[in-house]
Amino acid sequence: IDPMLKKRDDFEDILEERRNSSDLKYALRCYTPVLYKGVTPCTSSMLKSMVLQSDQLHYVINQVSKETGKATDDIKEEASAILEEMAQCLQLSTVRFFAFTLSKAFKTLFRSICVNEDGIQRLQQAIQEHPVVLLPSHRSYMDFLLMSYILYTYDVALPVIAAGMDFMGMKFVGEMLRMSGAFFIRRSFGGDKLYWALFSEYVKTMLKNGFAPVEFFLEGTRSRTSKSLTPKLGLLNIVMDPFLKGEVFDVNVVPVSISYERVLEETLYARELLGIPKPKESTSGLFKARKILSEDYGSIHVYFGQPVSVRSLAQGKVNRCQFNLVPRHIPRRPSEDIASFVNDSAYRLVRAQEENMVLKPWVLVASLLLQYHHQNQAAGQKRGIALGELTAQAVWLRDLSRQYGAFLHWPDHIPPSEVVSSSLTLHRGLVRICEDKVQLAVEQGPHSSVAPEEELLSQAVILLSCASYRNQALHVFVRPALLALAIHTASSNQKQEVFNSFSFLRNMFSNEFILCPGATVQDFEEACYLLVKTGALQFTQQEVLVTERGHRTLAFLSTMLDPFLQGYQVVCRFLCEEATETLTEKQFIPAVRKFIKKLLLAGRLRYMEVLSSDLQKNSLAALLRLGAVRKMKG
Amino acid sequence: MASNSSSDRQRIAQQRLRIIAGHLRAPVDSDSTILAAECKAQGSKTDVSSERKTVPRRRQEILKWNGWGYSDTRFLFNKKGQAEFTGKRYRLSGMIIPALQNWFEGTFGASVQHKSPAMPILTSSAVQPPTLNEAFVDELKSTGIPCSHDAEDRVFRGHGHCLHEVFALREGKVGRVPDIVVWPNCHNDVVKIVELACKHNVCLIPYGGGTSVSSALECPPEETRCIVSLDTSQMNRILWIDEKNLTAHVEAGIVGQELERLLNESGYCTGHEPDSMEFSSLGGWVATRASGMKKNIYGNIEDLVVHVKMVTPQGVIEKGCQCPRMSTGPDIHHFIMGSEGTLGVVTEVTMKIRPMPEYQKYGSVVFPNFEQGVACLREVAKQRCAPASIRLMDNEQFKFGHALKPQVSSIFTSFLDGLKKFYITKFKGFDPDRLCVATLLFEGDREKVLQHEKQVYDIAAKFGGLAAGEDNGQRGYMLTFVIAYLRDLGMDYYVIGESFETSVPWDRVLDICRNVKARIIQECKDKGVQFSPLSTCRVTQTYDAGACVYFYFAFNYRGLSDPVHVYEQVEHAAREEILANGGSLSHHHGVGKLRKEWMRETISDVGMGMLKSVKNYVDPKNIFGNRNLI
Repeated sequence: IDPMLKKRDDFEDILEERRNSSDLKYALRCYTPVLYKGVTPCTSSMLKSMVLQSDQLHYVINQVSKETGKATDDIKEEASAILEEMAQCLQLSTVRFFAFTLSKAFKTLFRSICVNEDGIQRLQQAIQEHPVVLLPSHRSYMDFLLMSYILYTYDVALPVIAAGMDFMGMKFVGEMLRMSGAFFIRRSFGGDKLYWALFSEYVKTMLKNGFAPVEFFLEGTRSRTSKSLTPKLGLLNIVMDPFLKGEVFDVNVVPVSISYERVLEETLYARELLGIPKPKESTSGLFKARKILSEDYGSIHVYFGQPVSVRSLAQGKVNRCQFNLVPRHIPRRPSEDIASFVNDSAYRLVRAQEENMVLKPWVLVASLLLQYHHQNQAAGQKRGIALGELTAQAVWLRDLSRQYGAFLHWPDHIPPSEVVSSSLTLHRGLVRICEDKVQLAVEQGPHSSVAPEEELLSQAVILLSCASYRNQALHVFVRPALLALAIHTASSNQKQEVFNSFSFLRNMFSNEFILCPGATVQDFEEACYLLVKTGALQFTQQEVLVTERGHRTLAFLSTMLDPFLQGYQVVCRFLCEEATETLTEKQFIPAVRKFIKKLLLAGRLRYMEVLSSDLQKNSLAALLRLGAVRKMKG
Repeated sequence: MASNSSSDRQRIAQQRLRIIAGHLRAPVDSDSTILAAECKAQGSKTDVSSERKTVPRRRQEILKWNGWGYSDTRFLFNKKGQAEFTGKRYRLSGMIIPALQNWFEGTFGASVQHKSPAMPILTSSAVQPPTLNEAFVDELKSTGIPCSHDAEDRVFRGHGHCLHEVFALREGKVGRVPDIVVWPNCHNDVVKIVELACKHNVCLIPYGGGTSVSSALECPPEETRCIVSLDTSQMNRILWIDEKNLTAHVEAGIVGQELERLLNESGYCTGHEPDSMEFSSLGGWVATRASGMKKNIYGNIEDLVVHVKMVTPQGVIEKGCQCPRMSTGPDIHHFIMGSEGTLGVVTEVTMKIRPMPEYQKYGSVVFPNFEQGVACLREVAKQRCAPASIRLMDNEQFKFGHALKPQVSSIFTSFLDGLKKFYITKFKGFDPDRLCVATLLFEGDREKVLQHEKQVYDIAAKFGGLAAGEDNGQRGYMLTFVIAYLRDLGMDYYVIGESFETSVPWDRVLDICRNVKARIIQECKDKGVQFSPLSTCRVTQTYDAGACVYFYFAFNYRGLSDPVHVYEQVEHAAREEILANGGSLSHHHGVGKLRKEWMRETISDVGMGMLKSVKNYVDPKNIFGNRNLI
């Protein structure tokens, strides 16, 4: 399918009305959402007792009692306490409070919050038909409040949201969030059967009864790099289970793509990736964040994707008869076909999120500036790029990305130079413009009183922040870029050679980017299709040929992946040169970071991005997966 | 609750009289309570019954050739658009059903203005001339066993009552049909026919009541041999009744209503009442593992059969005694029951009989929703106190049942109905779009019935159930006998439908009902059906470990080019859904050819191998070549 043909809905700015009418009235307005047609009306506390009385829980309690020798009554009490800690208690009054305060905050922070209303309508319909799972992308703490805010605005049923326990650190805020629909999960509960049973039963009960749409983040945590993260499967397994076991006819899964023009946590993330300690979430910390309120964060685009029916996803992939021979309440490890079905679905859903992420012109500008920065640095120049040239480049990249199917919001009615300069203005913390030359804000200050290492880190903060914007566009370019890199590294132009090289790179980077498992051939074909379509490549019977005009595209694409390539290389080097003895997992990041800093200071590495702990972790995971590194117990 | 107790008393008195009369008619030799009858073909006429009322050889004389049931009985919309039920055979016969038109048009988006009439008569040119095995026919004729290769006779035995079969007949389309029909009169006739069939290598397809809904009677189109339909309908006598052991030995061609009528004359009954009992035969029940409405008291066919005689190509199979239970390896009856005509012809059966019940009482309970109703049935099953019959209809079927209320004779009755409705929906707060009804039938001696009734109503009350009168109950059971006639009415107006059944563990009942109904609706939508379908179910039997669930499904096919194909795709999807939800391939309809494709996953590879090896031993030349089951 030609990505150019992707149809997307129009957006509507929901802040516009907020700026023109009373927030109080809005917060107190009549709220009557459409509910699931099979809803069993029940309260938050009834939910808890349904969970505690379920067959599933009875079974696990008896099992735990047999294993530990504890009395079942004690375990029941324990279960009840866990559930207390976990459960949400959604209250409309709290939501109204948030509706009011968030209106105020959003209006100062953002220019607009744009939502595709057609998507909302599809969601309404889906909620009525079947239990619904909302899967927003996760780039900011804001995400789930924003989601509930939007749903309240459109009179859609408010979701219950799976949130990490770390929020509970903030006493007051934690309770507020609980009352706005959040329920809290411990980050890790490995072998704790009781916890797992409670948690999964709690989620399933809410879903099956149509209590509310269940919302969670497929990526598990906020992406600090703006790249989509490898999906976590636990919750997806849980919400698909009622369908697979026939307890509901279907479940509708709705991917939601939230794109921020400027992420609130921008530099915070960069610091975190660089290992500059992160402030613990605390209520007072949140209030300190008030200074954020004075800044301009541009606009937010929220795209509610096409609801995906789990039933149709599972069609022909899962044999549901496998649940016929054992009572359904006895917990069992998912069979192989189910495990791979859930994994495939998770990747498909993350890709669905990616596809509908709105890209701002700045994303392209940042990609270009980063490449310039590194080229100039290598050439020893420090002059920056002329605005006119940058604009011309940006227009070229705009057209390319559109051909690749990017969901690009480039205002075509405004002259390109204005588009570029206004993006530069919004991100003035990251760029410097002097005498019509644009460059990243990383040049050394005149007074070099700071230590070189600190200097390095502060430069890296800027670069990593910039890279996070470039990363927003990676999903558009990654397949053709892998092909470009494959052509570059392959020993010949032979098609098979190129494919082998593509396949190797793709495999290598499959912890880094969202590449669906087992889809090497499809990805290769897609990449070939795009590059041929845009006239960058030609195929003969046996060979792959780069056209005259294709060199520029291929150079841009492969340069895009360069930092990642260098990152993986340097991690390998570190493991070969430094890690002669066995290394604990905890030691790995600080050690590799130290190693890289040394190389960077010595000017022996081009990309400061390789300092990103995300990249380092991913490369270790890849090496582990490929069997180059081994994990030893104990 | 017993609103017309005087008529009850009258009925009981009549029953007693009949029982006594039955005793009086017993043979002079009063030492022996065993009554014997010999094969009619051998000249003897000693029969248990005085008056005979058999299904004639030419079935078309009393039955429809392209629809369900008696020729004189059908639903129609009269000139005023009101529904009428013709004939005199049923309680509903000759009545006006005022609400049916509205329900029909509202439910299906159909209109009584848009007719889709059937071809009135069968054109014999539509029927292929018979492929006759002359040598077989000659030898058969020399035995004196009646046979025919008349087109009408042949067509009548080439189908059951699946939708596609009846639909084709209504369009005057006839596929492969049997080449000859034979009517054996007794066991020995069957032995001769099977011997001749083996000798001349012809294909035999046993035919009982013709009520199959599994494509079991369809002639395999790939069959090139002469196909002989072996119609058992003339083997319809009770050969003896053994009052000491409470068994009756009966020829297998007897149809259900006849068997009950004849036994009733002697004061007995089998209590086996499948919904098709007017037309289905004893041999058919055995061959398909039938189940009766009152199985809670009397058991299913496998519980009722004491002894079976079946003629196979290898000879006659039967047990050497009439014992209640044996530990002698796998029960050979279980090769016969459910064999669906693939191994031989069941000719005679010894069945358990019971004295006729003294008292019968219908009842009904309204529940606020289906979930509560199922919970109640489960509890009744748990306490093992199910009445003779207990069935739970869902909301759609409850409404359907209401649409079948005949015109009320007095304003008072309609006022009472209104009051009842007000009480349930307004006073008790039941949502008319969610409530559902359970129908009950109690049987036994009067005192116990009343006691039992109280026990069941007490349980129902715990699940929010309200007693809703005998009338509702009785109407519910009537529905089962007229539903097949209603399908013919629908087919006159572009509406096609079918019912199918399954059995399922208790914990799955609600899930399977919801999912299968939803699947039907979704598939109809996906397959381009323009109108929303009727998709409804009821729980019709309870067991210790599960229940039997019946689905009804019908839709308006206007605008579809191949409605039967669409229908079949939807039914196929519904069956897949049933299996995915832990339901069985069939509870009592059997497999036939319609559900063969799922047999392997149902009984495993080894299971298939076992059945096949039995077939290979018993019938290596595939004389019984209907290709059902495996």
